[in-house]
Amino acid sequence: MSGQQTGTEVVEPQEPMVIQQLRGKFSDHILTVIDQRGELSVVVDKDASFQILEFLKVDSNLSYDFLVDVTAIDYSQMEDVLIEYGYARYMLVYHLNCFPTNERLRLKVPVSEKDLTIKSVVALWDSANWLEREVYDMFGINFDGHPDLRRILMPDNFEGFPLRKDYPLRGRGEREKFNFGRENV
Amino acid sequence: MPKSVDRSTTGEPMTLSFGPQHPATHGTLRIVLELDGETVLKATPHLGYLHTGFEKLGEHLDYNQYIVVTDRMNYLSPLSNNFGYALAVEKLFDMELPKRGQYIRVIMAELSRIADHLIWLGTSALDLGAFSVFLYGFQQREKLYKIFENTTGARLTTSYTRVGGLLRDLYPDFEDEVRSFIRDFPKKLKEIHTLLTKNRIWMDRTKDVGQISSEDAISYGYTGPCLRATGVDRDLRKVEPYSSYDEFDFDVPVGSNGDAYDRYLVRMEEMVQSCRIVVQALDNLPDGPINVESHKISLPSKQETYGHIEGLIHHFKIIMDGHGIQPPVGEIYCATESPNGELGFYIVSDGSGTAYRVRVRPPSFFHFQAFDRLIRGGMVSDVVAVLGSLNIIAGELDR
Repeated sequence: MSGQQTGTEVVEPQEPMVIQQLRGKFSDHILTVIDQRGELSVVVDKDASFQILEFLKVDSNLSYDFLVDVTAIDYSQMEDVLIEYGYARYMLVYHLNCFPTNERLRLKVPVSEKDLTIKSVVALWDSANWLEREVYDMFGINFDGHPDLRRILMPDNFEGFPLRKDYPLRGRGEREKFNFGRENV
Repeated sequence: MPKSVDRSTTGEPMTLSFGPQHPATHGTLRIVLELDGETVLKATPHLGYLHTGFEKLGEHLDYNQYIVVTDRMNYLSPLSNNFGYALAVEKLFDMELPKRGQYIRVIMAELSRIADHLIWLGTSALDLGAFSVFLYGFQQREKLYKIFENTTGARLTTSYTRVGGLLRDLYPDFEDEVRSFIRDFPKKLKEIHTLLTKNRIWMDRTKDVGQISSEDAISYGYTGPCLRATGVDRDLRKVEPYSSYDEFDFDVPVGSNGDAYDRYLVRMEEMVQSCRIVVQALDNLPDGPINVESHKISLPSKQETYGHIEGLIHHFKIIMDGHGIQPPVGEIYCATESPNGELGFYIVSDGSGTAYRVRVRPPSFFHFQAFDRLIRGGMVSDVVAVLGSLNIIAGELDR
């Protein structure tokens, strides 16, 4: 999110420990840090997202051991966000929770339309399996290294990605055209 | 637990399609089982039968309209969903309800937790052949649904919360009716305990069935009773108290084995604890307003709307499209401890009257994902026991 938004400020002097550690290790890959309404968000670039998540989970000082959620946002109708992150249309959002201290962290990764592939985190958390399938199903983002990447909520022969902003609310006539065929078990 | 199978006599594994219309699925979901005799080699869940596009709808309905959609997520405890969603939008505004509103929400959320657990108890026991428990549970649940109906006007589609408040205050007999329910309920729960807890059949069907370790449960994103049954003491009402939960004294029951039997025990004890919270909330229920005092958020009273021009304008502004509730630009993740576990709403606002993105984190989605892990090596009859113990709600699973 851009810096001019209300309630948004980049906390420089006394950053939380997790941010200090991330800056120490991945300084080149951290794009923005947002501390808004008591929630900490870090925007990192795609190349290092897996290493950063792995570091957050494995490093004993941080131990963000619980993956709360993985989802995505199609920012194509929010101009200021698009401009800030080099017209990357999608933003992958990971919500993490550290059980010992119960701190939460949001990690956001811009994904541009030219390269809709990101490294899967199924190797780190079992729960990522279906979550990434859902993101693939709804947004068409591919996950590199996912063991079983196929649609989860929509039928296998469905065309299009329903949560993209250019997909109309009432669909593209799938209801009328729906094939009750037996080919997908 | 894996049972040893003599593979020399078996040929191709048999495929059995469990659902989408099976009495034990309590919704519409499907599991394709690969069987070797009666042993489950692999279970592949298929979902999406109830996919209704709730998240897409969130981008097109305004903030108060969406409350109606949240009713349909976990349809066993719609009041908890209403609560979780309203809380998330209020967090976006950075505002808090007056104490009375918070307490009423807590009372309704805890009563709906009891109702949810009762249905879970009744149906999962019914699936394993215990018909009396089903009737005992539903008898109690009916009393709660009467209270819900009197309070909200509906048994299931309650839509009781509003952004910044509640639909209406409690009715005059509410306290007496809830207190009389709470007086009787522990006795009825004891009856159910005598029917099940030391019952040989119930124990054989649920002990060591569908077991998961706490490490695996965390890795699979388990929350709520299913996580606590593995021995992890995590309850959002304790670790990040919302809506005055820190003012109530209650215990968080924790299991040790992570099997279907422990999930049963944890849920049984949770109902007792919910009763404790409700009693405390009723004892200390403050007087005063239930809605935030801002005419930009909550509707003015009818007298004000009909009697004063300001009231009429405020009413008009909130109701009309494009004038209504408009939170500041930003994003929020707000989680509540719903009967099934962590129910999270992630809302991105672009400053307009409708959310830019609404993401729901449903607990059932995570519980169902580990189904293959839970059932592998078990028997066909365990499928029903495990599915029942997880309390998969297809409405929130598919959204």
